[in-house]
Amino acid sequence: MNGHDFTLAGARLTACPSGALWWGAAGVLVVSDLHLGKAERLARRGGALLPPYDTAETLSRLEGDIAATAPRVVICLGDSFDDDTAASTLAPDIATRLMQLAAGRRWIWIAGNHDPGPVALGGTALAEWQHGPLTFRHIARPDARAEVSGHYHPKMRLNLAGRRVARPCFLADPSRVILPAYGAYTGGLALDAPVLDALMGPEAMAIVLGPRAHALPMRRATGPAPRPRRDSCG
Amino acid sequence: MQMPARFTDWFAARDWTIHPHQTALMARANAPALLLIAPTGGGKTLAGFLPSLAEIAQNPAPGLHTLYISPLKALTADIRRNLGTPIAEMGLPIRVEDRTGDTSQTRRRQQRADPPHILLSTPESLALLLSYEDAPRIFAGLRRVIVDEVHALAESKRGDQLMLGLARLSRMCPGLRRVGLSATVEDPAALGRFLAPYPDPCAIVTADPGPAPDIAMLDTGTPPPWSGGGGRYAIPAILEQVARHRTTLIFHNTRAQAELFFRDLWLANDDALPIAIHHGSLSREAREKVEAAMATGALRAVVCTGSLDLGIDWGDVDLVIQVGAPKNVKRLVQRIGRANHRYSAPSKARMVPANRFEVLECHAALAAVRAHDLDGAPRGPGPRDVVCQHILASAAAGPFAADALYAEIITAGPYGDLPRAQFDACLEFVATGGYALRAYDRWQRLKQGPDGRWALRDPRTARQIRMNLGTIVAAEMLKVRMRPARGGGAPLGEIEEAFAATLTPGDTFLIGGRIVRYEGLRDMVVEVSRAATKTPKIAVYAGTKFATSTQLAERILAMMQGPDWPDLPDHTAHWLALQRQVSRLPSRDRLLVESFAHDGRAHLCVHGFAGRNAQQTLGLLLTQRMEAAGLAPLGFVATDYATLIWGLDEIPDPAALLDAGGLRAAFEGWLAGNAVMKRTFRSAAVIAGLIERNSPGRRKTGRQATFSSDILYDTLLKYDPDHLLLDITREEAMKGLVDFARIEDMLTRVRGRVDHVRCARIPPLAAPLLLEAGRIPVHGSAEERLIEAAAARLMQEAGLG
Repeated sequence: MNGHDFTLAGARLTACPSGALWWGAAGVLVVSDLHLGKAERLARRGGALLPPYDTAETLSRLEGDIAATAPRVVICLGDSFDDDTAASTLAPDIATRLMQLAAGRRWIWIAGNHDPGPVALGGTALAEWQHGPLTFRHIARPDARAEVSGHYHPKMRLNLAGRRVARPCFLADPSRVILPAYGAYTGGLALDAPVLDALMGPEAMAIVLGPRAHALPMRRATGPAPRPRRDSCG
Repeated sequence: MQMPARFTDWFAARDWTIHPHQTALMARANAPALLLIAPTGGGKTLAGFLPSLAEIAQNPAPGLHTLYISPLKALTADIRRNLGTPIAEMGLPIRVEDRTGDTSQTRRRQQRADPPHILLSTPESLALLLSYEDAPRIFAGLRRVIVDEVHALAESKRGDQLMLGLARLSRMCPGLRRVGLSATVEDPAALGRFLAPYPDPCAIVTADPGPAPDIAMLDTGTPPPWSGGGGRYAIPAILEQVARHRTTLIFHNTRAQAELFFRDLWLANDDALPIAIHHGSLSREAREKVEAAMATGALRAVVCTGSLDLGIDWGDVDLVIQVGAPKNVKRLVQRIGRANHRYSAPSKARMVPANRFEVLECHAALAAVRAHDLDGAPRGPGPRDVVCQHILASAAAGPFAADALYAEIITAGPYGDLPRAQFDACLEFVATGGYALRAYDRWQRLKQGPDGRWALRDPRTARQIRMNLGTIVAAEMLKVRMRPARGGGAPLGEIEEAFAATLTPGDTFLIGGRIVRYEGLRDMVVEVSRAATKTPKIAVYAGTKFATSTQLAERILAMMQGPDWPDLPDHTAHWLALQRQVSRLPSRDRLLVESFAHDGRAHLCVHGFAGRNAQQTLGLLLTQRMEAAGLAPLGFVATDYATLIWGLDEIPDPAALLDAGGLRAAFEGWLAGNAVMKRTFRSAAVIAGLIERNSPGRRKTGRQATFSSDILYDTLLKYDPDHLLLDITREEAMKGLVDFARIEDMLTRVRGRVDHVRCARIPPLAAPLLLEAGRIPVHGSAEERLIEAAAARLMQEAGLG
């Protein structure tokens, strides 16, 4: 795996280039903000009919990560479904694929702001989960320690000798790690957003996705313009 | 119809002669479709209106009689004022109103309830009117449609949308007559086919073109620089010309260049001649102020862009200066026509090449103008994304039968040949998304009723559809305004969002001739303050970069093959001679490729003369092939004439890279993943309604529909490669930004005759490309290496390594 290894509260973690977080010692794979059923929710609202392939695409990525790591526990860190209706009206083939993925391992659905309700797909639905030194929840709390969360869809804008690159990224400091959005149809929030700036400590790193995961200081080399979250279809 | 006595008296009282083409339009007032081709200043617009004025004067019944469509909002306001004079002076009982995006909601509602005799509008406003359920009532009794500047509309999707609208109007209002007003074009018959209901004929009236223009190169004293644009070196000579004429229009090809030029012009404007700037990125208030000052003759010059290509005639313009190569002979002729202070006197124009290459292009253009040799590419079939939007808008207006809608659409000139199967695919796309995966009932925007007619599944979405009508897909722009002490500051204009994203507080840039300091972004408005600095960052506006036309490129190639160049300035002739000595000169039926080392990089220059867009595509294709071959390309830059590629390794056999079959295969594969294709896709997706620019409630927050269209593109390509929108994108890729058609033309022309010249030093023709802006990086393995290096360095600097 072309991941980036780092330590949080003594736990050795790997930020995978796919956007998943792998805790090898505990056999735990964490993904966040899958937003399954997003295109469908938008279609339901009567607007544009986006290509109905996002859920399949997101799942096939997840299948890849699970095949590569063979985790004992999978944690979906909230906003796994774009809304509660999406969770309850999954296409049969998608539901089957999810069941197959969950077979033989512990599967934890953390509640998100998009999908607060329990999920009828097996697994355990929790508001948050504690395991070893780490706490898993959807939205980071400013005063938390050893916390793994998602929600913000962090995205790093890099200016590399005139090259402008924007990629989803992990954010990590000694207190927490924030995961990028794993779902296919997801926008991003630039790192200079005040909320991210307030959450992350001065030594925070951004681990940028791509063919390989690269770690950079969060507050260096970022694009300067403050921008609102670009996720307007949601 | 005869010219009524009241009209001839009015002309006589003003001491005006009625032009023969104005009489001709009256005489043929009953023609179902009529196209008037006349130069600027020939009273073209009045000619179009005279039959309407006469008919309404004769029978002033209430209700809409004439619909006038112009590509420019500003034009409709001017026309309203200009028509006001004859109507008032002749005492005609005629009500004229305009309706554009700027018209207030109250006024629009009044117009729908009680339409004026003459309504002045734009293609977008017409599309919107037609999307209302009461459209048949609004347009009941409509007799004539006047399409102004139809030559300009015919060059874009706005024209296709308009013709679909006219097809609807013709069905609603049997006997509706169409009149098109056009500047000089290369193929009037083709424009007639565009305008007339298909397959009916179009009558054409050609006005006297007037005397040949007085056009020449401006003698600047100093030679132009090697590369770049803007023509700032010529400012002293241009100021001298401005001083010697009443009113001068100084045309630039891009907004950024106009801004830079304007600023430097003012620095040199010691006599403080009143000179203004006008371009599409300035705020409406700023533009209107300039237009009003022009109209009263208060300005001695206006620095402008294509925003003044069209529009009313300002009577006092007696000189046009074109800065930068004209790129296109037809547009040059139309711009020259702007200097039309007297219809019977020759228009006067001077050209200022911005760099050495443009000296050649300007000379080629001069020869073409003198030979009345206009350029232009034939129009392809009407684009289908516009059909998709039209279907959606039709559904907003009410339930429709597919057969009837198809029958109507194929009476529009651009869609006369639209196969039924293609229409059905568009309908399918609008109704269900048209995806290969037919999964859910929920994927339905339109539903078929029991009577077989199609209707919106949720009628409340009509509002959203109306908010997204229109075919102009510009880069996302942000408004710029002065940071106020309190309350709202003065609006200055707009800049591209991508440009705004590169700004850091304290950065400076030019807008409206002022240098401003970037303070921050608030509520999606760029706030700035006055800055005292002298060297601004340059705003990269979205202004279209036109590619040099095929005809001009061929003239340049022919010129290069001459034994010597007595007509060219010495510096340019010397440059060509040196190129011939060091390497060779490009020719029409061979492809010159030069390789040389510079700055530690291997360089390859391909002199394809295929126009900026095609040369850029060639750069993308070649670098992709190089990447595949492990040749580690780092980037390239393209001009209208050549592509320069640099990389780590020397290219041993460029001819193999340029092999036609390989390039075509690369093009097919490359459709997959590059930025230009994604932009092309985005524009088609916006027009076809897959991506919504506006939705109720979102306008306020300024959040745009930038749910990345790139992701949609990648997903479709992976899961649904035959989807309609990808098909449309491929079709678009042959022209426009991608312009693969011109690469094909070049390959056909060259037929494998590639001359590879290895140069020990930088060859003269390639040298300017090294200075060219707009370098495009190759996102390949090199990029990963760069990120890796940067990550290592930054981590180390931060003490985290």
